[in-house]
Amino acid sequence: MESVKIEICCGTACYLLGAANMMNIEDQLPAEWRDKVDIEAKTCLELCERDNLGGAPYVRINGTEIMSQATPEKLLTRIGELIEGAA
Amino acid sequence: MLNGSTFIRRELMIRIVRAFDSGALETELDQIPIKLRPKNERSSRCCVYHDRAILKYRLMALLGVSVEDEVDEAKPLSAYYAEKAWSGDDTPAKPKTPLSVCGPACSGCPDARVVSTQNCRGCFARPCVYNCPKKAIEVVDGHSVIDQKLCIKCGKCITACPYNAIVKTTVPCEEACPVGAIKKNEFGVAEIDFEKCIFCGKCFNACPFAAVMERSQLVDVLAAMKRGEKLVAMVAPAAEKQFPGKIEQLLSACAKAGFSDVMEVALGAEMTTAHETAEFIERMEKDPKTFMTTSCCPAWVNLVWKHLPELVDHVSLTPSPMVYAREIVKAKDPSAKTVFIGPCVAKRSEARRKDVDYVLSFEELGAILAGRKIDVIACEPWPVPRPANPTARNYSRSCGVTDAVLAEATGKIPGFKLDSKQINGIDRKTCTMVKLHASGKIPVNFLEVMACPGGCQNGPCSLVK
Ligand code: SF4
Ligand code: SF4
Ligand code: FES
Repeated sequence: MESVKIEICCGTACYLLGAANMMNIEDQLPAEWRDKVDIEAKTCLELCERDNLGGAPYVRINGTEIMSQATPEKLLTRIGELIEGAA
Repeated sequence: MLNGSTFIRRELMIRIVRAFDSGALETELDQIPIKLRPKNERSSRCCVYHDRAILKYRLMALLGVSVEDEVDEAKPLSAYYAEKAWSGDDTPAKPKTPLSVCGPACSGCPDARVVSTQNCRGCFARPCVYNCPKKAIEVVDGHSVIDQKLCIKCGKCITACPYNAIVKTTVPCEEACPVGAIKKNEFGVAEIDFEKCIFCGKCFNACPFAAVMERSQLVDVLAAMKRGEKLVAMVAPAAEKQFPGKIEQLLSACAKAGFSDVMEVALGAEMTTAHETAEFIERMEKDPKTFMTTSCCPAWVNLVWKHLPELVDHVSLTPSPMVYAREIVKAKDPSAKTVFIGPCVAKRSEARRKDVDYVLSFEELGAILAGRKIDVIACEPWPVPRPANPTARNYSRSCGVTDAVLAEATGKIPGFKLDSKQINGIDRKTCTMVKLHASGKIPVNFLEVMACPGGCQNGPCSLVK
């Protein structure tokens, strides 16, 4: 199975509005998920303009899926669904 | 930690920067509360109108206006802004009091009490009744009731109850304040007594209704940049790890955002270390039994001045890293204006005394960067002439100052010993502790005090704690 690709927006707007809390998400992953997830910090994903800050912080999952108002909890749940679902 | 209060504050800041840059701030200001809380949509408080009223006050504080000073309730935000922007006066307006309590936002939290909740099962053993030293608890109709006149809030019943039925409620701001400066007034609304307040910012972080607001210089800085003034960003050592990327990248981001020059305040910290060490050695030579305490935490210095006058002579006379940083900037270009960027509320009061023109919090800097679409991780590292040394960059951590002085002195006097203590975070017990040191009951010759636990990096306005 391909690993789950997580791109966390570290553009300053997303960072201030919550992405700072997701910087250490890697450490929060259960050990058995570690090598199935590929996490990257990105510069502005150009989504913050779209709905005037309302949806920040953003995370892009597997290149296409956009999670808005992302939190560590929401992100971990989604990663779980993708991994377990694929298993 | 991000929560609803920090979120709304940051969102408003970013909106202000964007509106300012588009030239529309004056016309947009009064619309922001309505746009953020349109009718028929969910409100955070009783109704959107209450929310809007508070948003107006938040914006006032962000314009640097004290909410307490409001005389004309009908005065629109645009009028406050116009006064500021078009006065033609370029001397920085420095708020006398960096904090302001917004009455309409304060929920007037009920006085601290120990109460029994629905969890009580009126059990047979009744450990609460048996353990209460004041016989304040009775079981009425199968439910424990605490007589508030007798209760001394010792909490024995809280630990005794197997159902976690008894809880202590507090007034968060009053509980957080180390000096009893914030209290509810006769209308039940919190008020800060600025004669007592040391600007530690603990209430600002503690209030769950975000009723305590910082008076910002954000718009002043934006306006000064627009006037083409030379503003030098002096970035505090606590900035390390506050933004993604390296400190040198953050410096570049500041330059991109419109500062004419940038520097690390840690360079000032190097000078503080050298002078403070010399001062310490001199004091010890004069009187080996005396002790010296650090002067770089402004909330601690305020605490001594306002509440521990007997200690004034023990406070180091060495200027803080920020003050030395200002000297470095002014030596290079006397016409430059200085902007300290840090995590601290109390620095605003020190800046006022020490002629530093503006103070921005990391949040406010972040808002400028976000508003101008500058990503720290996308910036090239700033070509610093010389990186500050690691002990100076470490100033923002508890023990950092002690370590720096120790390293400096050992370099000069082999075998030098420091009998040091660190007070890592000011709370209500601090004054008692410090007095014990002062009276010699707990001997010490070097006392480092930092108002925030862990040091400046956990300051009231830091982004990550
Ligand atoms: S914590 Fe203090 S300032 Fe905040 S709502 Fe309660 S009483 Fe008011
Ligand atoms: S800033 Fe600190 S000293 Fe001042 S009222 Fe708030 S908690 Fe008390
Ligand atoms: S900063 Fe995250 S989408 Fe722009």
